[in-house]
Amino acid sequence: MEHDIVIIGGGPAGLAAAIAAREAGASDILILEREKELGGILNQCIHNGFGLHTFKEELTGPEYAARYIVKVKEMGIPYLLSTTVVDLQREGDGITVTSVSKKDGLLQTRAKAVVLAMGCRERPRGALNIPGTRPAGIFSAGTAQRLVNLEGYMPGKRVVILGSGDIGLIMARRMTLEGAKVLCVAELQPYSGGLKRNIVQCLDDYGIPLKLSHTVVDIRGKERVTGVTIARVGEDLRPIPGTEEDYDCDTLLLSVGLLPENELSRAVGVDIAPVTGGPVVNESLETNIPGVFACGNVLHVHDLVDYVSQEAAGAGRNAARYVLGERAPGGAGIPIVPAGAVRYTVPCTIDPERMDGEATVRFRVGRNMRKAVVTLRAGDKELIRRKRPVMAPGEMEQLTIKREWLTGGGEALALEAREEE
Amino acid sequence: MSLPIVELTCISCPLGCPLKVETDNEGKVLSVTGNTCRRGEDYGRKEVTAPTRTVTSTVRLKGGSAPVVSVRTKGDVPKSRIFAVMEEIRGAVITAPVHIGDVVIPDIAGTGVDLIATREDV
Repeated sequence: MEHDIVIIGGGPAGLAAAIAAREAGASDILILEREKELGGILNQCIHNGFGLHTFKEELTGPEYAARYIVKVKEMGIPYLLSTTVVDLQREGDGITVTSVSKKDGLLQTRAKAVVLAMGCRERPRGALNIPGTRPAGIFSAGTAQRLVNLEGYMPGKRVVILGSGDIGLIMARRMTLEGAKVLCVAELQPYSGGLKRNIVQCLDDYGIPLKLSHTVVDIRGKERVTGVTIARVGEDLRPIPGTEEDYDCDTLLLSVGLLPENELSRAVGVDIAPVTGGPVVNESLETNIPGVFACGNVLHVHDLVDYVSQEAAGAGRNAARYVLGERAPGGAGIPIVPAGAVRYTVPCTIDPERMDGEATVRFRVGRNMRKAVVTLRAGDKELIRRKRPVMAPGEMEQLTIKREWLTGGGEALALEAREEE
Repeated sequence: MSLPIVELTCISCPLGCPLKVETDNEGKVLSVTGNTCRRGEDYGRKEVTAPTRTVTSTVRLKGGSAPVVSVRTKGDVPKSRIFAVMEEIRGAVITAPVHIGDVVIPDIAGTGVDLIATREDV
């Protein structure tokens, strides 16, 4: 098989990329999705709050996905379901995509351009070094979400949640509504990693305590979890002896972070940024491998799907320009360097010759800040200064860079966030 | 006896102002403090006098590709009625095909709000 653009992943990023690529004139697109339906993680996110930016209404995950799925079908963009991509390799001036499915067996597809839209995975227990036994009853929050919302199966009755990521908070409410007793949410950091709205509407509404600066120090049970021990941690994030509390429970949910899923990106030689765990990309969301673009949670973990859709549309448009030969050749680009509390930026470089009139730079800060100021500088010249009353690690930020600002000599841009003096 | 004060976190924006809402003994709001904008005051008043929420859940499904189908209340219901809504949801079984927006339970738990499907299963 041969296609101009192959999109890996049929979740929110892949769907938006496909639609934008078609709208930009690419006619020959194929979406490869490993699940048996399109929509990705949105299918199990049955809570509301999606689409406020895009559609100006509050949709649930499946409803948000359906808007894009309907459009993909209307446009007649082909897709293969239950098809898992297992390898990506450069061959000549294209990419060979190797996939497997029960129906077609092993399939090799030649693509002129590839859009990486594989999403992310949850950090598992193995990455946490929690002592104790290895009984049944320990789930990642997303696994529990899938069991309850798609498979109609309650994983437990008395629940402790470690980590205050949004999926953990959402599941605290969901399990409570389904009749389980959620005893507490323990968070290692002195602040929550979840959105404020979720803390209020998922925990406070149901009287579920959020124990900041606490972690699980022991898991008990032989066949099934019978209890966990939670202790307070000090500033060094280590448990403080004498602060242990025992909880009798049959279930421990882990909501301790998401990791972009980049095995395929690495296979094709894409450079991965250590801070995000996602590809290093330029203003076109193109990786170091020509014709390989990335968007959504495989690029960096987002908190709002609306931003995933926007970003992915950019990747899709650029992939279309690439295969249609409509792109300016472009150079190395101007680096964007994170400074102060800014942990990373996407993209990492920006090429004024090739960017549209404006480019969106997305970034996160590493600590909670009040009365913050965000500046973009080229050498000594300040290009932009924005006041932000509050900034938090859990909330993605964005800044628009205009092409006319980048008329200087290609000096590196510094994006800085700090407290106002 | 001192007047009741309810402490809330405002969710109108990411600032998350800590609100104190003072009411009289009949529940009438006397003052909202701690907010930094008008939206905070409105939020505080509504949360204390008539809080509402959208309820999302799943209903058992026969003959579909999955054993359950996701649903939501079409509009907000009073917060105090959430568990009554869940009680009716737990008792319901519907049969495929089901489409987004199909009414699954009309006027759920006497709230005047319909429960609708949020997923296609045909």
